[in-house]
Amino acid sequence: MTTTKSKTVYTPGFTDGAEYRIPTFKLLKQDGTLYKGGKAPDIDKEKALRIYHAMVTTRVLDERMLAAQRQGRLSFYMQCTGEEAAIIGSTAALDDADMIMAQYREQGSLAYRGFTIDEFMNQLFGNEKDYGKGRQMPVHYGSSKLNYMTISSPLATQIPQATGYAYGQKMAGSKQCTIVYFGEGAASEGDFHAGLNMAAVHRVPAIFFCRNNGYAISTPANEQFAADGIAPRGFGYKMDTIRVDGNDLLAVYQATEAARKLAVEENRPVLIEAMTYRLAAHSSSDDPSGYRSKDEEAVWREKDPILRVQNWLTRKKWWSESQEKELQERLRREVLETMKRAQKLPPPPLETLVTDVYDEVPPLLNRQFEKLKAHIRKYPDEYPKSAAHVQRGA
Amino acid sequence: MAKMNMLQAINDALDIAMAANDKVMCFGEDVGVFGGVFRATSNLQQKYGKDRCFNTPLVEQGIIGFANGLAAQGSFPVAEIQFADYIFPAFDQIVNESAKFRYRSGNLFNVGNLTIRAPYGGGIAGGLYHSQSPEAYFAHTPGLKIVVPRNPHQAKGLLLASINDPNPTLFFEPKRLYRASVGEVPEGEYQLPLSEAEILKEGTDVTVLGWGAQMEVIDKAVEMAEKEGFSCEVIDLRTILPWDVETVAESVLKTGRLVVTHEAPLTGGFAGEIAATIQERCFLYLESPIARVTGMDTPFPLVLEKEHLPNHLKVYEAIRESVEF
Repeated sequence: MTTTKSKTVYTPGFTDGAEYRIPTFKLLKQDGTLYKGGKAPDIDKEKALRIYHAMVTTRVLDERMLAAQRQGRLSFYMQCTGEEAAIIGSTAALDDADMIMAQYREQGSLAYRGFTIDEFMNQLFGNEKDYGKGRQMPVHYGSSKLNYMTISSPLATQIPQATGYAYGQKMAGSKQCTIVYFGEGAASEGDFHAGLNMAAVHRVPAIFFCRNNGYAISTPANEQFAADGIAPRGFGYKMDTIRVDGNDLLAVYQATEAARKLAVEENRPVLIEAMTYRLAAHSSSDDPSGYRSKDEEAVWREKDPILRVQNWLTRKKWWSESQEKELQERLRREVLETMKRAQKLPPPPLETLVTDVYDEVPPLLNRQFEKLKAHIRKYPDEYPKSAAHVQRGA
Repeated sequence: MAKMNMLQAINDALDIAMAANDKVMCFGEDVGVFGGVFRATSNLQQKYGKDRCFNTPLVEQGIIGFANGLAAQGSFPVAEIQFADYIFPAFDQIVNESAKFRYRSGNLFNVGNLTIRAPYGGGIAGGLYHSQSPEAYFAHTPGLKIVVPRNPHQAKGLLLASINDPNPTLFFEPKRLYRASVGEVPEGEYQLPLSEAEILKEGTDVTVLGWGAQMEVIDKAVEMAEKEGFSCEVIDLRTILPWDVETVAESVLKTGRLVVTHEAPLTGGFAGEIAATIQERCFLYLESPIARVTGMDTPFPLVLEKEHLPNHLKVYEAIRESVEF
């Protein structure tokens, strides 16, 4: 059975689809006023301040932790800088019980949902309070209570997983959806194709949220794809698609709110492409001066998503300069104090090396563990993180 | 008890699992109304509806990625990969995702409900891409369970155990036996334990170990060897990962000799892992080198399939050489 409903022509006519240009949806200007014809989404003062607080928290955390990495206190870090509106705006438009499957540059979602500075720090330092038991690199956060699936490094693997998760939500009749975040580079992986096509065929309540920030490490978007961004691919899967200004909190919020309605009420998966810019380096291991100009970055600094929201809040008289100063100072102090505390906590106990591989430790692995303990008892000075623990007889 | 072939036993297991738990879902390429290219999912869509037994687009990485998400959500996905030869596009989802889901999240999330079924093995003129036995690739991946049944009774009991096991499980079905292997299968629900090898026949001279379709080959070889007066202990490993070292080691401590056989190529095959471990455990008791009778280190050939495969004659010769060493 063919599903193509095409008419017949009698001369070979090719098309590259260029006639279908996807517009960019915008609401908020940089000065905090709205574009003509735009109508702000219904966000009350309390929610607006919750969003803004998460944006500033993310920015402050990112600045301080990059500095901590530079000082050698932390092995690795990745910033969300410049993308706070895209991430937090979309998360804020969801129900807090909706599942989030992220790539790695979405710590703003966690900040919005109430992940504490302590919880961030415990993961970054992999101490005994880290939910992930110190097993993954920094920034690979996860929280079951906040419905934030643990991050993994392989790119795009979470995209078809989101499709499956959303299918389960639909089958359970939960009236929840799954949002899956990924960069425009990850969208080149085969798993992007797999996940979107399956979502459209099986009609799952999922929102595919692409952060098109112009770069995948050093690779500019024009070396990533030849087409007009990621959004046109949505047509190929027959998926409801929208492109938004990713530095525009209100546009992102309104688009995601509408997408959620389509997903949850009609089981129509949605593709959102948020146009933004990765203002920071790719990670603490990257130096962007090797592949892009300061002038280019300066253009985007002018479009800072946090300043734009601050301007909007100030115009609404929901925020003041003194509140801003107080918040910045309080967050900086809290981040520093929490970092000191997290750094001092002991590492996870030695047995976390072998637990959770399976639900139970298999006999062969248990033998390896016993052998390791005997070895550490013999060379305690070489294993300062575990020696005391082993000698206590654990 | 009912007489069933292996496909009927697998179909029966899926039917029982779906009836017992409405979160069990079967999907893959052509598994829907058609019931799968081998008919393992026959009538399941008709019985449980299109939402619980369905076709997916033709994309193995998608099938397993989807299954990972579904398992993380709390459903019980039983994903089918049409041939084990085509599981490699999903290698990343299985090795980097399924296997590491629980560990990397500190047990906040897991995909323990996941079962992946795939027909494997040669002997059906399948050439390079309808004959492979990829278990050793996955045996190098902590976090997975790998199960291979040898007959209908085992297939049903081990599949039900795999579906209910709280760890992601690969279930490789010897397709050469799908219709060829017929036997008595208990009605209703029963499970056979994972990570437990089964001693099929006790003996004193040599331990002969294998899994899946290779157990038939071992039976024939052992029959020949016993006529020569060699007493063989026959073990079906059943679970490749985590494997039952104790049962095998105990047997070799008694017999002093070990022959391991599998269809997959020699180099890097799972027999190498078994041989190294048993050599370590049973060094002072071994009376001959551990023999490995396997496929050759070639891609799986079409016309010279019989020459390539470790058949009963090759296994018999290895038993004889081991005992007479």
